[in-house]
Amino acid sequence: MKLPIFLDNHSTTPMDPRVLETMLPYFVEKFGNAASRNHAFGWAAEEAVDQARKQIAKLIKADSKEIVFTSGATESDNLAIKGVLEMYKEKGDHIITSSTEHRAVLDTVKSLEGKGKATATYLSVDKFGMVNPEDVRKAITEKTILISIMLANNEIGTINPVKEIGKIAKEKGILFHCDATQGVGKIPVDVQDMGIDLMSFTAHKMYGPKGVGALYVRKKNPRVRIASQMDGGGHERGMRSGTLPVPLIVGFGKACELCEQEMAQDTARLIAMRDRLEASIMKALEESYLNGHPTNRLPGNLNISFAYVEGESLLMGMKDIALSSGSACTSATLEPSYVLRALGVGTELAHSSIRFGLGRFNTDDEIDYTIKKVIEIVTKLREMSPLYEMAQEGVDLKSVQWAAH
Amino acid sequence: MAYSDKVIDHFTHPRNMGSFPKADPDVGTGMVGAPECGDVMKLQIKVQNDTIVDAKFKTFGCGSAIASSSLATEWLKGKTIDEAQKIKNTDIVQELNLPPVKIHCSVLAEDAIKAALADYKEKNRVATETDVASPVADEAAIASTV
Repeated sequence: MKLPIFLDNHSTTPMDPRVLETMLPYFVEKFGNAASRNHAFGWAAEEAVDQARKQIAKLIKADSKEIVFTSGATESDNLAIKGVLEMYKEKGDHIITSSTEHRAVLDTVKSLEGKGKATATYLSVDKFGMVNPEDVRKAITEKTILISIMLANNEIGTINPVKEIGKIAKEKGILFHCDATQGVGKIPVDVQDMGIDLMSFTAHKMYGPKGVGALYVRKKNPRVRIASQMDGGGHERGMRSGTLPVPLIVGFGKACELCEQEMAQDTARLIAMRDRLEASIMKALEESYLNGHPTNRLPGNLNISFAYVEGESLLMGMKDIALSSGSACTSATLEPSYVLRALGVGTELAHSSIRFGLGRFNTDDEIDYTIKKVIEIVTKLREMSPLYEMAQEGVDLKSVQWAAH
Repeated sequence: MAYSDKVIDHFTHPRNMGSFPKADPDVGTGMVGAPECGDVMKLQIKVQNDTIVDAKFKTFGCGSAIASSSLATEWLKGKTIDEAQKIKNTDIVQELNLPPVKIHCSVLAEDAIKAALADYKEKNRVATETDVASPVADEAAIASTV
């Protein structure tokens, strides 16, 4: 077993060596511009892009003509939301989204609101982090032109009832955008069945390269139109100008193909490892709380709050395991995770949260090591914690008047 | 986030981690911070003849908060009450090489020192007259006085 261990697969994933192998010829040998229509270099590139488009479309049950390449999921979210708002502004300006969306969606909506270009409703979620489809229905007004709800949450892994939301959107004739960055490649996604009109996802979360993503844009029933946010050569049917990064796209396609072929076995392995990690930690450490949905969540996700210890110190104590925390100290904003807060997790427990993100290349040995380390460090830091000491003495921490600073 | 070697050393090998009995008249206890803010420091001093003969800490917080309080206990030992009063958060920042986002950890440590000293002084005025309060009430009282 090699250290450090990578257990932060929600942030990014290592590239599958098979993906790299597929990409390599497209750097030096087959370097053509896919938009060059008049020579063999261009044709080879175009063919490779077409092939990748098919592989990607197949994974999400779309048509290859419905795939628009972008630089990643953030750009896809921006393009979908701003593109729809601009294109359909005559119809209305109201967006329905949820409070636990990724910042790429939330900040895009907020920016539009700030400029007076949109009004928005931010739906709250239940204690597991799930959006209630009926809340979506209730939030719809005459001015609503877009519903943007994520497939699976990046912190807690909770999977939303996207199909039900899609049904409501169809019924009301409102476009439905889904940020599926964490879900595509991990769980089955079917844009037809789920009634999704626009969908953002990216290669580097599914063992593909960084720097390439896609926006699925529905072509039929209804034909979705978006205003381009990047002017230029009119690539991607005018929706996103810019020379296509052929090697990255080839890698994206291969990554999708592998995810499709290996999803069942990957999922079974990940769930077994994740459940073992979860059970072993919870059994050994009292007052550990699972954040997110107990069953309806991504196979590789585990988010736990360890009462009385602070997240950043936990990460520091496990330097040879790459993890992430909802603690304020690990964020740029100095606020603890807004996702956990939206679930109703207390601020102090949000500070104490650790996100484990398991992926295709993690092994049982790594999980064993992690279990041992987590128990060790949490126990050590609790010994060091005045809060734990007080709790042991029977002090109700909520009754204490803290001197906030 | 890169930690200085000294922060890592204090975090990995905390000095003087633990607790004294709060009711001990020679002990001054300072508790500052709040769980919602992500850091709570408890600092205790044991005083004999106006000199701090021992110090202990317990901290809920990030690595820099733990290191700041660990360092504070090291510095407190052997100092008189007046000398201890002069420890500044900037000294801690310098010694631990704390980045700007972690300066509040050092401020908290200075506050904890001040609170422990104040508690000791208060106690040695009051303890002779009244009984020491129950641990629960005592805990609350300490936290709310700082």
